[in-house]
Amino acid sequence: MSLEIYTVTQLQTEVRTLLENGYRHVWLEAEISGHRRYPSGHHYLTLKDDGAQLNAVIWRSTADRLSVQPENGLAVRARGTLTIYPPRGSYQIMIDRLEPLGVGALQQQFEKMRRQLEEEGLFDPGHKQPLPALPRRIALVTSPAGAAVRDIIRVAGRRWPLTQLVVVPVRVQGDGAREEIADAIARADRLGFDLMIVGRGGGSLEDLWAFNEEIVARAIHAAETPIVSAVGHEVDVTIADLVADVRAATPSAAAELVTPDRDEQLAWLRDRERRMARALAAQARELRLRLDRIASARSFRRPLDVVHEAERRLDELAGRMGRAARERVQAQRLGLEAVSGRLEALSPLKVLARGFSVTWKNETLVRSVKQVRPGDRLRTTLPDGEIESTMDS
Amino acid sequence: MPAKKKNQTFEDHLGQLEEIVDDLESGELALDAALARYGEGVERLKHCYELLQKAEQQVTKLVGESEEEPFEEESSA
Repeated sequence: MSLEIYTVTQLQTEVRTLLENGYRHVWLEAEISGHRRYPSGHHYLTLKDDGAQLNAVIWRSTADRLSVQPENGLAVRARGTLTIYPPRGSYQIMIDRLEPLGVGALQQQFEKMRRQLEEEGLFDPGHKQPLPALPRRIALVTSPAGAAVRDIIRVAGRRWPLTQLVVVPVRVQGDGAREEIADAIARADRLGFDLMIVGRGGGSLEDLWAFNEEIVARAIHAAETPIVSAVGHEVDVTIADLVADVRAATPSAAAELVTPDRDEQLAWLRDRERRMARALAAQARELRLRLDRIASARSFRRPLDVVHEAERRLDELAGRMGRAARERVQAQRLGLEAVSGRLEALSPLKVLARGFSVTWKNETLVRSVKQVRPGDRLRTTLPDGEIESTMDS
Repeated sequence: MPAKKKNQTFEDHLGQLEEIVDDLESGELALDAALARYGEGVERLKHCYELLQKAEQQVTKLVGESEEEPFEEESSA
């Protein structure tokens, strides 16, 4: 049995090969500490957890394309290959990928919170309130020093200067931010604003985190004041956005959303002004027409026409009445004359008048000589009286 | 009338204006009533225009539970 004797270099080289082949592209989760960037552009750091640590290096060429820059205290998920640095004899990991672990964990937390609150009905569309068309007083729950408050004041001021803005100052990130925000929302709600904008400007997921906190979500949900959320940029969606009555993509967008446009309102006023004037002019025109019609009526033009016409009708009636009466009398008279003519013609006196006489024996008309004998008493009627006589022969 | 108007919001004015326009457009008002309404409408319009022209935005900061003080932007760190 021969004894194999290595030189140090040989052994280290062999172990390095073993390590590099055995632990190629391994992933590990750790926290960064002892980070230093050298003038060469390389980064030296330590990856550690509660029980152990491991030296690590990020070459300049790798560091340039990392999405996240190493930073002490940052929890990361790193991929790398184990190797040995022979001059020191220590082994280390050459990192080729680096992801902030925070995002993953926060993202999970976000999803969990979203699911929980959704089940509780905090995002219920039925709970959402409409925004007032012309808010008089708006509360801005945000940092008094941030870009958000400047943007909102600028945009709202340009569009609708009639609105009073009240800044309710809060810290929007860091310890205590969530309590401050929740408290400010409740306070502003009690004071009775027409509307509230809750938000902040853009930042990292961690910066925006207060707006994903349950206490803030519940404060928004409990508020009776309509709330517009405006957190970060377009792409950032927070729990606050989901609970709020309306989500604005950015603080500027929120200001635009809640204020009417001055030019539009002026146009509205001008339109009503025109319509009022037009309506009144139309009414005046119509009344004028009616007046003209009335004025041009015959009774106004020749007022005596009516009287004349009435008189004419009266005359006509009088004429007809007279005529009718005359005709009636005439007819009566004619009838009477006809009757009396006939009567006269029949009267025996008329015959007697011509020289005839009528002779009666007792009460019988004597029509023949055979009716009488001498000694009969006869009565003769003449037009002017009667004669009593005695028959001789 | 101006005393009454003081307490009215811009929105109130707009609502009243809308009513006046409706009244006038309906043509059901007697002429003197229509003229009076028109006069009222013109007053309100003038008031609204003035409000919009003169308006300067008020920005305050809530300091106490309900106290407000003028808001001056704090310099950003």
